[in-house]
Amino acid sequence: MIDFFHNIVWADIAQATFDTLLMLGGSFALTVMLGIPLGVLLFLTDRGQISQNIAVNRLLGFSVNILRSIPFVILLIMMIPLTLALVGTSLGVAGAIPPLVAGAAPFYARLVESALREIPRSTIEAVQAMGATRIQIITKVLVPEALPGIVSGATITAIALVSFTAMAGVVGAGGLGDLAIRYGYQRFQGDVMLVTVALLIVLVQLIQFAGDRLAGAVDHR
Amino acid sequence: MIRLENVAKRFGDGTAALSAIDLEIPRGAIFGIIGRSGAGKSTLLRLINGLEHPSEGNVLVDGALVSRLSESGLRKLRRRIGMIFQSFGLLANRTIAANVALPLELDGVARSDREARVAELLERVGIADKASSYPAELSGGQRQRVGIARALATRPEILLCDEATSALDPETTRSVLALLADLSREMGLTIVLITHEMEVIRAICSHVAVLDHGHLVEVGPVETVFTASTRQATLALLGDERK
Repeated sequence: MIDFFHNIVWADIAQATFDTLLMLGGSFALTVMLGIPLGVLLFLTDRGQISQNIAVNRLLGFSVNILRSIPFVILLIMMIPLTLALVGTSLGVAGAIPPLVAGAAPFYARLVESALREIPRSTIEAVQAMGATRIQIITKVLVPEALPGIVSGATITAIALVSFTAMAGVVGAGGLGDLAIRYGYQRFQGDVMLVTVALLIVLVQLIQFAGDRLAGAVDHR
Repeated sequence: MIRLENVAKRFGDGTAALSAIDLEIPRGAIFGIIGRSGAGKSTLLRLINGLEHPSEGNVLVDGALVSRLSESGLRKLRRRIGMIFQSFGLLANRTIAANVALPLELDGVARSDREARVAELLERVGIADKASSYPAELSGGQRQRVGIARALATRPEILLCDEATSALDPETTRSVLALLADLSREMGLTIVLITHEMEVIRAICSHVAVLDHGHLVEVGPVETVFTASTRQATLALLGDERK
């Protein structure tokens, strides 16, 4: 048993875990900050909604779909010039965050949009009839009423980000996935593969558990 | 108080929802608009608070032309007009008290004043014990009482009721209608309600307008219309009730 784990360097595992958490935390925060307004905009500009603007809606929808069609590992490479311009480096954890956000925010925006569609039309109309401004409708009705969906969408997105971070090794960002590929796969060190995958499983389970609890707590429907 | 002058409404696809509507709703009236589904009642009601705009003609509330109001003018008007809905339109993630407080919150009323007003309103509509519940925990009749309390929070002069009792059983309908009638007397409210049920008109309305396929068939005090009408659309609605 001890023998099986002879390739493991725990300091490397710790560093990789730390890098994964750093990439995940940074990109998740930015994804939520961009994805919610983008989802609200996608929803509000659609036909029949209170800020209907078909041109803006089509343009946004099209851009979101483009970003969603590019496989993440390719996006990571394609974005190198932009990443350089944004954060000054295309390498390491910092270099991985812009592509992670570009990959996840459009996905999350769609989840936010569909959560907003669940709000009954009559609820929005009732608040319009009270003389609410557009901003008040967004902040007092749309976001709070769609909060359970917005939270569970964030959970799904965070888990997708965990798998995206596994590819960030391509730009030298490190992390658990990178360790699994370089040691577990390329050097046939099954023990490293096993430990990293086990850690990723634990991470995903924790995210799902926390997300479910939070979504349940904010849902009064 | 509310006047419609030669109002027509066509939708984007060219279908006419309303044609040549002339209507005067006096202050303090409980004015019922009855018609089958698709008669244009809902559109007519929404013209009054500017949720819909007429394709032709004028809608005036207290002499102000609704379609000419700026966005902020329209918001001010809406704060003077309460509205309740068949499906209640309550916010599922807000408590009952927070739902009733919402229009006051939108208006920038201070928290302590909001709380006092909400308590008073919930007391008045008979659901003071439900203040910290959520809408999903209430029955239909209780939810509509919340809707009424919320609609009246800003002390409006007009209350629009969009099939407000259509989702309720007959007994609950009667108690909600009785509440509306009482409130109308106490507060000098003008109520405009739309319904497809004669029973609702008979229970509380002072005036009735019959709408059929977007046309106003007849208007007048309830007694006159019900006893003397010779119009087919009216008789058909009355006939429905007798079955």
